Amino acid sequence: MQPLLANLLTEPVGVSHYLIVGAVLFVCGVLCMATKRNALGILMGIELVLNGSNLNFIAFGSPYLRNDPGTIGLDGQLMSLFVIVLAAAEAAVALAIALNFYNSFSSIDVDRADQLQG
Amino acid sequence: MEPPIYWPSFFFLLFSAIACAFAVAVVLSANIVRMAFYLVMSLAGTAGLFFVAGADFVGAMQLLIYVGGTLVLLIFGVMLTSQDRFISMKTNSFEMGMAAGIGACLLALLVWAAVSVPEWRGLDRATAEAVPLQPTATPIGMGLLGVRVDAPDKSGYLLIFEIISVHLLVVLIGAAYLARTRQRRRPMAG
Amino acid sequence: MAQFFSDYTWPWLAYTLAALVHIALLLNLVAVAALLFIWLERKISARIQDRLGPTRVGGKFGWLQTLADGLKLLTKEDLMPGGADAFLFRLAPYISFCASFSVFMAIPFAGGQYPFVAIHLNVAVFFILAVLGLEVFGVILAGYSSASKWSLFGAMREAAQVVSYEVPLGLCAVVPVMLAGSMDLVYIGDRQAGGFWNWYLFHDPFTFITFWVYFTCATASVNRAPFDLAEAESELVAGFHTEYSGLRWSFFFMAEYGSMLAVSLFAAILFLGGWHGPLPLAAWLDWTFDHGFWHGIAGNVLGTLNMLAKGITGAAVMMWIRWTLPRLRIDQVITTCLKYCVPIAAVMFLGAASWQYAMPGRTFFGLVGLSPAAYQLAELRPTVDTESTAPTKDGSPDREEQSAAGDEDPVELQSSVAIMTRDDQR
Repeated sequence: MQPLLANLLTEPVGVSHYLIVGAVLFVCGVLCMATKRNALGILMGIELVLNGSNLNFIAFGSPYLRNDPGTIGLDGQLMSLFVIVLAAAEAAVALAIALNFYNSFSSIDVDRADQLQG
Repeated sequence: MEPPIYWPSFFFLLFSAIACAFAVAVVLSANIVRMAFYLVMSLAGTAGLFFVAGADFVGAMQLLIYVGGTLVLLIFGVMLTSQDRFISMKTNSFEMGMAAGIGACLLALLVWAAVSVPEWRGLDRATAEAVPLQPTATPIGMGLLGVRVDAPDKSGYLLIFEIISVHLLVVLIGAAYLARTRQRRRPMAG
Repeated sequence: MAQFFSDYTWPWLAYTLAALVHIALLLNLVAVAALLFIWLERKISARIQDRLGPTRVGGKFGWLQTLADGLKLLTKEDLMPGGADAFLFRLAPYISFCASFSVFMAIPFAGGQYPFVAIHLNVAVFFILAVLGLEVFGVILAGYSSASKWSLFGAMREAAQVVSYEVPLGLCAVVPVMLAGSMDLVYIGDRQAGGFWNWYLFHDPFTFITFWVYFTCATASVNRAPFDLAEAESELVAGFHTEYSGLRWSFFFMAEYGSMLAVSLFAAILFLGGWHGPLPLAAWLDWTFDHGFWHGIAGNVLGTLNMLAKGITGAAVMMWIRWTLPRLRIDQVITTCLKYCVPIAAVMFLGAASWQYAMPGRTFFGLVGLSPAAYQLAELRPTVDTESTAPTKDGSPDREEQSAAGDEDPVELQSSVAIMTRDDQR
């Protein structure tokens, strides 16, 4: 078992390294969604989360990072393609909603969307 | 003598530093346009990581769609905050601290999961250099058409491709319908 | 090239040197092209619009004027508006320039077995379209951070325009990709070898129209008149670069001229045969790699000149259009895109696809059989050249180089797989 951080420059990186980067992106996205009050900020958080998951798909499918039969091969890349496309679609709808929200409230502060609280 | 630098690792470090640093900057920034800028940089860094992992088609796709899509986000950010241009919506520090705590726990969990499998630590150098270079554009295109040239025993993605195409069409129409201009109504409430 | 250097020095230095040579060549190309285009633009505008100054200005053919311009820009005071977002304001010109410059990394200047290209990308068409779209990013940041309404207006117009014109631009670029069956620009260029009747411009009536649609959209997407709404000086002072001066402003200028050249070169490869001249001169002179390495290099130099001539011609035509036509209104610009260019491009795409079925293996509007030379040249070259560097953004070596360096087996395997799948498709 190779050490994780030693020889980082002279030895190939593995799936683990990619997963760690993906985890950082994911956590940043979750924090973004949790703390931002701006609707567009929340949307950006979602993009970060999706991006982190994409990175995991790519890492698990890459032949350079792990050469056992367990690698998912091209399926990982195809999956991340679908994620990218669906993220674009999701962004379009979310932006349309944000625009509508702005039309009614003159603001995109999501804390003001409290009309259904009764 | 020091062994020579393994370049893919070097570029992995470079791009992952870009991606992670700008992702953190997105969280910490309060200005929406700067957030969008940091997000674009983070996404571009991720595209670089895709290239390093050998997924050149997906990397280019990421640049084209994701980064381009975020551009539109940026435009909206500019448009919707135009009445007070450098507007920033601050989060109070208690919420920020709590989120940071939860985030740290989540990160610790994920990192622990990532490093716990020994097979994921990577190949040794000789093996990695012996892995042949595989072009991905043609197999991906064929895979989307339902023929797998890379793994003949696996199934293709034709149906999913069609479903996503229809989905995109619906989304386009729906978004255009939602966002179309209509005559000004009175603001509903406060 | 890294292989060449590594015979003499350490590998890491060899890679660095190779990358530096590529970067220096391309940077020179962009900078010299910008100088040349400024001069050309003056001359063309003067001839078309009867402007007296540029036809009489000092030096042989007025080259001193360009020099004086450069000096003036260098010595100008670097201003920043009081309310500006300083960080983004400083960054914006460089983003624009980087995006415009990065396009050149994937553009091949000659093909054959050892193509003249900084990064031999398998998905070069896609990469170029993606990076071209990033240029607008710097413009938007500039417009936003200048804290000026003119800048903001200009940036919003540019954003709307570029984002909508990317759709027909992509649709047009897909047509040659479909004909060649690859997104590799070297492959696409070499499939058009052997005379102008093999160019995709003349492949069939649909591609002929596609080229003109492409050229319109390219003009719009690099913001040249009559589509230069972003800097409409009669309405918006100077648009997004109103607040810029001196060197930063000149970076925007270089970015504009750089992307003009880039889209022209891109058009040259996609439709105009790339580095293959109207007549197969290099083949007649035996300047191919079949006759030895240096013969091939000579042919490639000739091809590079061909490419540059086509690129400069394209840019000159854009200037001609700029000084001839009046500027459109913003609604007319968007109408041109969405109501005319997109449907026409879509129909041309379908038409070219059906033409492929109706007349397979024929070219020049179906009159001439495709010459075997074109197939041969394109199929023979290795899929991934040892010369090429990694598909990373800064032209640096990567694992592809190292894995392709040692043995030829995987390479041959790949090209046979590629050919096989292509045959499947037919």
